Amino acid sequence: MAQVQDIQIPDSATRAAKAVDDLADIEGDRMVLNMGPSHPATHGVLRIVLELDGEEITKADPDVGYLHRGDEKIAENMTYTQFIPYTDRLDYLAPLANNVAYALSVEKALGIHDKLPPRCQYIRVMCCELARISSHLLGLGAFAMDVGAVTVFLLVFTEREKIYNLAEAASGARFTTSYTRIGGLHRDIPPTWCDQVRAFIKECSHAIAEVEVLLTRNRIWVDRLRDMGHISKEMAIDYALSGPNLRGSGIDWDLRKNQPYLCYPDLEFDIPVGSTGDCYDRYLVRMEEMRQSLRILEQCANKIPGGAENKIKEPVNVADGKITLPSKDKVLSSMEELIHQFMLVTEGVNVPPGDTYFGHENPKGELGFYIHSKGGGVPHRMKIRSPSFINLSILGELMPGHMISDVPVILGSLDFVMGESDR
Amino acid sequence: MTLLEPASKLKAKFGDLISEPSEYRGETTVTVVNAQEIAVVCGFAKKQLGFNYLVDISSIDNYGSDPRWTVVYTLRNIVNGVEIRLKTDVSEEKSELPSVLGVWRTSNWHEREIYDMMGIRFTNHPDLRRILMWEGYPYFPLRKDFPLAGKPTELPGVAFTKPAPLEGGPFVTLPSGAGAINREPRVRTVEN
Repeated sequence: MAQVQDIQIPDSATRAAKAVDDLADIEGDRMVLNMGPSHPATHGVLRIVLELDGEEITKADPDVGYLHRGDEKIAENMTYTQFIPYTDRLDYLAPLANNVAYALSVEKALGIHDKLPPRCQYIRVMCCELARISSHLLGLGAFAMDVGAVTVFLLVFTEREKIYNLAEAASGARFTTSYTRIGGLHRDIPPTWCDQVRAFIKECSHAIAEVEVLLTRNRIWVDRLRDMGHISKEMAIDYALSGPNLRGSGIDWDLRKNQPYLCYPDLEFDIPVGSTGDCYDRYLVRMEEMRQSLRILEQCANKIPGGAENKIKEPVNVADGKITLPSKDKVLSSMEELIHQFMLVTEGVNVPPGDTYFGHENPKGELGFYIHSKGGGVPHRMKIRSPSFINLSILGELMPGHMISDVPVILGSLDFVMGESDR
Repeated sequence: MTLLEPASKLKAKFGDLISEPSEYRGETTVTVVNAQEIAVVCGFAKKQLGFNYLVDISSIDNYGSDPRWTVVYTLRNIVNGVEIRLKTDVSEEKSELPSVLGVWRTSNWHEREIYDMMGIRFTNHPDLRRILMWEGYPYFPLRKDFPLAGKPTELPGVAFTKPAPLEGGPFVTLPSGAGAINREPRVRTVEN
């Protein structure tokens, strides 16, 4: 005869009390969780060691360097021109902007960065703004995907594909563009390029509007982003954040306006600024920056000196044989040009001794190159001030107090690229 | 000259500690003679002169001359956009200077990076670990006497490095008055 056993079903109040008792035993235990370096939300190879109390983060220690290639060491061992392809691989979502930033830095060391031919300036500005849109689109797509909105990712990739086509038409390469040269550009834009840009502006503004409809008033999106990862003005300055992360915190600082370079003073555009400095503000700032970039592109396409086809042969390179390569037909027929060509290729551009720093408003923030020259075609020291590296340094202070499920939101809103952070 | 104004204010406050300001390509540079005072100078620059934004800290290896290290601070006043560069020399025997972490918190990672790459230590830094290279890496790769190809290292079970197959390059011609044979493109070494 089997024994009958009573099944005990405690009432809900007892069950709740028991659950609290069980939790009391584990209270005080901190769990260390390793996130990354290979994790979809870390956008590359960022590793964060999180210390958790339940689901709440009590300590975060970001660990960078998994993509360190020694770019600064490499730069010391080659001529200024030879380093241009390496800049493609810094912020690999916006190689055109990196090319421009680097070229302007070396040109500042040469003292010619404000004497560039106007057509070159306009083309460079268009490249920068295309890169800005491309970078913001991908940053936004990946951000939205981490928060659960996969559609945005597909939308933005369609637009980025068009930017790649434009980059290919201009520079010959889709991804590793290396478009600029010291003192100018690798080549002029093709005659149909401005029309292609105009078509892109139209399509892209539609896409941005569509993304806006999907996200800006989306209840889930707003709930997850608002009051999350709050960075105050003081903190943003103290940590030297730059780009949309700085402006998201309400600081009106944009190098295109505050330390104007290229033809930016001739163009009309506004600098969007956030008010509270949370993830939602940073998202809004990026959305508006893309629209402003489209505005700049439109103006450039209309105002570009020489027009789209450049029938009057406006130069795109500075007319100095000691800085830019002479045209091939002259090299083959004239002694002086032959010597210039030979010296430039073997020795590089001769940068006079001295220290210069040039900061460029890249999509991710202020990308700066500090060049310490002792003369000759090779820098003695070149320091790359990478915005992603500095923007990431705030994580240790920003993360504690948030839930672990908010980590992808904060990382996505900071929009970093490890290729640039680790150099 | 408005560009030189902050530099002359620094000079007025600290006297001989600050060198005469120099201007090049629209940028002002002053040298802080004693590296041990850098945190005091930076603190004054932030509080009294409004340089609230530390753009960058960089380091230079003056291989073969003394003092060997130069640490370079780029400061900015984010309200009016004025910039100044502070340079200070550190000798190889000492290889140490005070941290400016108490002035700008952004200097945390910059100082860790300089320690990692050049081996210059920052006193009072609470967390001076390697940042880009792995913990336990024995060399300082940005020093001029560290070869471009790298050196073999191994930390069993953790990480390893091998020299890169450079095939002798990259080749660069260095400007000099020497004849064509001596000027032809050659590998860059510490000596040239």
